[in-house]
Amino acid sequence: MALQELTYRDALRKALADAMTENPDVVILGEEVGRYGGAYGVTKDLIKEFGAERVIDTPISEPAIVGAAVGAAMTGLRPVAELMYVDFIGMTMDQLANQAAKIRYMFGGQIGVPMVLRTQGGTGRSAGAQHSQSLEAYVMHTPGLRLAMPATVADAYHLLRMALTKPDPVVFIEHKALYTMKESVDLDAEPLTWGKAAVRREGRDLVIVTYSRQLHYCLEAARTMSAQGIEATVIDLRTLNPLDFDTIRAHVERTGRAMVVSEGVMTAGVAAELSARITEECFDFLEDPVVRVTGEDIPISVSTVLETGSVPGPQLIADTALRMLAGRVPA
Amino acid sequence: MYEADLRATAGRNMAGRVGAGANTRLPELYRTMRRIRTFEERVGELFVRGQSAGSMLHLSIGEESAAAGVCANLRDGDSFTTHHRGHGIFLARGADPARMMAEIGGKEAGYCHGKGGSMHIADMGLGHLGANAIVGGGIPAVVGAGLSARHHKTGAVSVAFFGDGATGQGILYESMNMAALWHLPCVFVCINNQYGMGTNIAQATANPNLHERAAAFGLAAETVDGLDVEAVAEAAERLVEGARAGKPAFLAVSCYRFYGHARKDKSPYRDPVEEEAGRRQDPVAFARAALIDRGLESESELDRLDTEIGAEMDATIDFTVAQTEPPLASMFRDVYAPEEPEPEPVRARIDRVLARD
Ligand SMILES: Cc1ncc(C[n+]2csc(CCOP(=O)(O)OP(=O)(O)O)c2C)c(N)n1
Ligand SMILES: [Mg+2]
Repeated sequence: MALQELTYRDALRKALADAMTENPDVVILGEEVGRYGGAYGVTKDLIKEFGAERVIDTPISEPAIVGAAVGAAMTGLRPVAELMYVDFIGMTMDQLANQAAKIRYMFGGQIGVPMVLRTQGGTGRSAGAQHSQSLEAYVMHTPGLRLAMPATVADAYHLLRMALTKPDPVVFIEHKALYTMKESVDLDAEPLTWGKAAVRREGRDLVIVTYSRQLHYCLEAARTMSAQGIEATVIDLRTLNPLDFDTIRAHVERTGRAMVVSEGVMTAGVAAELSARITEECFDFLEDPVVRVTGEDIPISVSTVLETGSVPGPQLIADTALRMLAGRVPA
Repeated sequence: MYEADLRATAGRNMAGRVGAGANTRLPELYRTMRRIRTFEERVGELFVRGQSAGSMLHLSIGEESAAAGVCANLRDGDSFTTHHRGHGIFLARGADPARMMAEIGGKEAGYCHGKGGSMHIADMGLGHLGANAIVGGGIPAVVGAGLSARHHKTGAVSVAFFGDGATGQGILYESMNMAALWHLPCVFVCINNQYGMGTNIAQATANPNLHERAAAFGLAAETVDGLDVEAVAEAAERLVEGARAGKPAFLAVSCYRFYGHARKDKSPYRDPVEEEAGRRQDPVAFARAALIDRGLESESELDRLDTEIGAEMDATIDFTVAQTEPPLASMFRDVYAPEEPEPEPVRARIDRVLARD
């Protein structure tokens, strides 16, 4: 009921703490999650509250962290494994894609793997090629894995709480540039519906479909566009699996134009999937081709100039949308 | 375990090496360590001045003897990989500190044109196959380099440098097993600074006698006290030459990470008493005292050398600040080989989509 000022980081921490209080089987395991409090401070002091048997500091052994979470989930725990950077997901891909994602199916539905893999990705800290990637496409490309990517403080809380009730493995990717973002939130408010996108802004001229940090860039771009008479709808997907295509479809049919914005690389990325699907399913309603505004098809540099230059920002988003609509909409 | 180390070294008599003779390597080892120490201090300054690319700067202060002692036994043609705390190792192998600093500043003039930074610095000319931001990520490459050396009969050795934290990675064991199985000229050097971020080695393994694992795979394996750079150099000499002759090796160098994990970490998880004791295990100060004690150098000669090195390293900052950022278009360069087409920029693709009438 009460509004509180929280950061994205606080909201995540509170989601973990509340889930741990409610369910004694929730355990956290990962590197530096306990005494250190998490590389980005998300699990700060949880070890004091819940003890070292539930907030488990591990050696630097990513495949075993994820694999142990799989086994724990199969035998009655509710594990939250943490990967310090999504860039390390490749090391764990066997446990994630061959084990966690397929166990229910291979074993004929006998058992699921109700685990959450929390991690963070994206650019913004000059962290270089191996600590700045947006690898959600790896996850979205793997049937059996759910995928949540919160963009707001309230979603950070609610999506994580919900992820911890889901029957199947959920990969939960935070954005490293959002941890200090503050919002006034009412966490007792009606929780969101899992798998339902949020329409963050409504406008008649085009739909921008996005998620995670790019939401904020899209909203900023939408304000710029609005000043020039172009009104955009901005959809925040919240979860990429399940994907709320109904919401996308409804707004594309209404506006006739769609742009997809993602920080990940363009080729075979999340934006490619969304664009293909909009084109296939909304073809008759589209006035223009779907445009993808994404990260470049290159690794991320440590140089800040190259780093920021290689991912979308508000200006590229607004420019692209304005060009898309130039002369087509009465201003 | 480290407490025991501390007591053992505190009781050791430095004078034990008097008479080691004129051919001692200590002056050179000291110089290398002093250059590393001073370079790392300047990296800290670069950060404070807001000139570093990011804050992921891992300083090797306190562990200079590992770099100096091992690299003193490498030759032209040998290769190596490092972890994310590898500035010192690269310097010890002959890197130009100005180009290193420029890379840490994300500048075009840096070793990797501002693409890599502190954690991805490399120079193939000096056999540096790359620093790595993935813990353990650089280890298996030395197995491949060992295969190359054997195939081409170069006599080269390849050395993987990594931290104690990397002993949690399975790939270390896969790599050591292959090296031993195939008798490859590989050396695995574990710089055991007691911590992986906030985790003490005793909190990361039930058996911190790391060399025992390597021995189990059939490698020549030792642990050496990093306080004494000559001891490190001697152990490394044995092991590197053994590796050259087909007996791969593992060397753990015990030392202490003097400061935080990265620039912004103040190590609140460490006991101040332990920290103070750890910082007394200073290989640079230890070598300096030994040089004076044994009459190999006078205090004033060493002061002069330190000042000279200070000036050399100051200049790396001035150099870096004066350098330009990489041009934006360079981001598409080197994704593929220079003779191959560069990836098409997103903007160009958008232009094509929008270029309809
Ligand atoms: C695969 C992987 N896991 C985790 C990290 C995050 N991380 C960076 S350095 C570090 C600690 C490494 O400790 P150690 O190997 O002892 O090296 P040190 O920092 O002490 O030099 C961790 C956990 C990483 N970079 N790569
Ligand atoms: Mg260490």
